[in-house]
Order: sequence, then structure tokens, then C-alpha cells
Amino acid sequence: MTVLTQLTNDSIYGALMNVKDPEIDTVSILDLGMVEDVSVEGNDVKVVLLPTFLGCPALEIIEKNTVEAVQKVPGVSNVDVEFIFSPPWTSDRITEQGHAGLRAFGIAPPPRHFEEDGSWHVDCAYCGSTYVTMDNIFGPTACRSILYCKSCKNVFEAMKPISTLM
Amino acid sequence: MSNERVALKELLFQLADDDFLISYRGSEWLGLAPHIEEDVAFSSITQDTMGHATMYYNLLEELGEGNADALAHLRSSAERRNSVLAERVNGEGYYMETPIYDWAYAVVRNYFYAQAKRVKIDSLRESSYAPLAEGAVKVSMELHYHLMHWRTWFTQLMSSTDEAEKRMTNAIKLVMEDFGDIFSYGQYKEDIESAGLIATEEELTKNWIAALTPVFESLGLAVPTIPAPVKNGRNGEHTDELDTAIATLSEVYRLDVEAVW
Repeated sequence: MTVLTQLTNDSIYGALMNVKDPEIDTVSILDLGMVEDVSVEGNDVKVVLLPTFLGCPALEIIEKNTVEAVQKVPGVSNVDVEFIFSPPWTSDRITEQGHAGLRAFGIAPPPRHFEEDGSWHVDCAYCGSTYVTMDNIFGPTACRSILYCKSCKNVFEAMKPISTLM
Repeated sequence: MSNERVALKELLFQLADDDFLISYRGSEWLGLAPHIEEDVAFSSITQDTMGHATMYYNLLEELGEGNADALAHLRSSAERRNSVLAERVNGEGYYMETPIYDWAYAVVRNYFYAQAKRVKIDSLRESSYAPLAEGAVKVSMELHYHLMHWRTWFTQLMSSTDEAEKRMTNAIKLVMEDFGDIFSYGQYKEDIESAGLIATEEELTKNWIAALTPVFESLGLAVPTIPAPVKNGRNGEHTDELDTAIATLSEVYRLDVEAVW
């Protein structure tokens, strides 16, 4: 006897938790706040994602990984992934779990607050010291900056804050 | 096709080709910047900017203009709508041999360009074409860091040694010679402006000058005057430098246009 599985949004969100950032395997696209919407119609699933940076080369990989992960959910036939710009992805969409995942990888989460002049501060991703200097606002990927910790003498990275106020 | 539709496409080609060519010139600097941190920063800016061009080409694809990759690679120079400033070489020499690129020129070109892009993007956020307005919000956040970067280089080199000041002054002169079409919409001025897609040429120019004024005042200088264009890239008038750029950047793509990368 076959039991028909009723597809639910929850089962899709469960699958999306397994879609990791291709370069940071401790955070999922859900943790990063990239998932704007999931809709299920019969056996077809649509996932709407927000690109972090327009020129991010990981977007195509994320799209492919999303399709593969959702297709593994029993009962799913078609998966459609769409990237949209509105609402724009901003770094405050990263969840608390995302912050923890970034720190576990050695990347300081983006700051929640800006100074009046638009500058920002993060603590060392490794030792938590506040005694750090900005080495390069631009980093190895579009979304990261490079900093140096004067306490533990490590170079570390931080997620660049991105806000609509910019 | 309605005038508004034509105006929208023309504007999108201007925006797309500007970002595409300036980021191509940026990519030629890879490995040649003054120090490694600058290589990281400049290539990151270039990658962002190429992403902005892709966004505009995708909007054109959605409007039925053909495949975005093909629009970027296969159009001839006469079909291009970028400003002449964006197509200019980085300096003497070929990057595969002995490039003698001019860092002062890179700083001035990119700073003046990023500030021009800033005033356009600020206006595009209110564009009558919603997909363009939404894209502008996204570009705006990334551009914030680009502009900060080039402004820092500009003010530091302008207040550095006599040699730096001399080279920067010369670079400003060179950049301004090609600045005449930056805020031009070419022959479609009336249609683009009346469609509410973006502010008028005059308003953008005014905003650019206003944004640069405090920076120039802090250096004891006046903002340079924008000349009338010698060649207007918005009307497809370009230099040979664009032909060689297109030939180089599309070389691999043309080998097999059906290939999936």
C-alpha cells in the first residue's frame, strides 16, 4: 500500500537547511536569510531566493544545490528556483544561528549597528577581543572584509554589513 | 515599439555597457595593482560591477533583446552605448606582455565614475520602471563601498608627494576629456527623460558636482568642468580602444557560443 505524502512547506524548509553556503559549510541559505519564499502547489515547489551580492559567483551553485536538495524530498516532482531583488538582501537578515555558524567558521558576523558616520565595528572572530583593526574592507569574496586582531594576533574575516541605508 | 519602450532599452544598454566596459578594464589590472590588498579590493569591486552589468543585461533579455551573454559579448562597437571613458585603455602596453598602466588614471577614472554612478543609482531608485528601481537598491548598497574606496585613494594621493599630485593632475585632465558623454542620453534624451526612468542630464550633472565639491574644497581645488563630448558613446561613437577591448573580452566566448560555462 502506498501512502500519499502531502507536501508541506515545513518539509521543504527542512531540506533547505541542508543547502549550505558553498564556501562556508557551517551556515545554510536559511541561516543567511537568503530564502524569501517557499510555495508548494501539488508536487511542484517554488523557492524564491535573494542574492547576497549581484556579482556573487556562488549563486549558480546555490541554485543547483537548492534544486537537488528539494528534489530529494519525497513527493516532489518539479523544483523552480528564482532570484529576486526586492526585498533586497541585507546583512541583518542573517539569523542568530547564522551568526553562530559564521563564528564557528572563523568569520565575525556582521555588526548590528552602525556609527553615525557609517563606520562599524566587530570583535575578533577567534578570541572575542575588541582590539582589532580593519585590514581591507574588501575580502576574498564579495561579502567579506579582512581584519586583524591585535590581541590574539590573528587575521580574521567579517561579513560585510549591507543595509538599505547605504 | 512605443517611444517609452525604446527609451527604456536605450537607457538599460547605456547602464549595462558602462558597467561592463569599466569592469573589463578593471579586470585587466588583476595582479598589477600597487599592493596585494589593493588587488583584493579592486578585483572585488570589479566583480561586483560585472554583476551590475549582468543585472542590466538580464533586464534587457527579459524585454526580448536576446540572450544576456550574447548582448555582453557579441555586439559591435557601433552598437555599444557606454561612455568613452569606460572603454579607455589603462595605459600603455598590453596586459599579457609589458603593461605600463597608470594608477593615477585608474584612481581618478574610477572615483569620478563611481560618483557619477552614485547620482544615477540614487535617481534610479525612483525609476518609473519597477525592476530597474529594485535593481538600483541592490546596486546602491555595493556601490557604497566602491565609492568610499576610490574617494580614499583620491584624497590621499592628491595630498601626497609632488610627484603624486603631478600625476593625479594629469590624470584628472585625461579623464575629463572623456567625461562629456557620462551624463548624456544621446539622441534619446527627450524620450528617456520624459518617461520618468531617471533624472535629467542636467540634474545628474548638478548632483555630481555637488557631491564632489566638499572633497575638492578640502583639497583647495575646484571641481573640474565637464566639457561637451567629442565622441558621444551614447550614440555609438567610440574609439579604436573599444574595438580591441571587445575582440579580447569575447575571444573565448566566440570560440563556442553554445558552450555552457
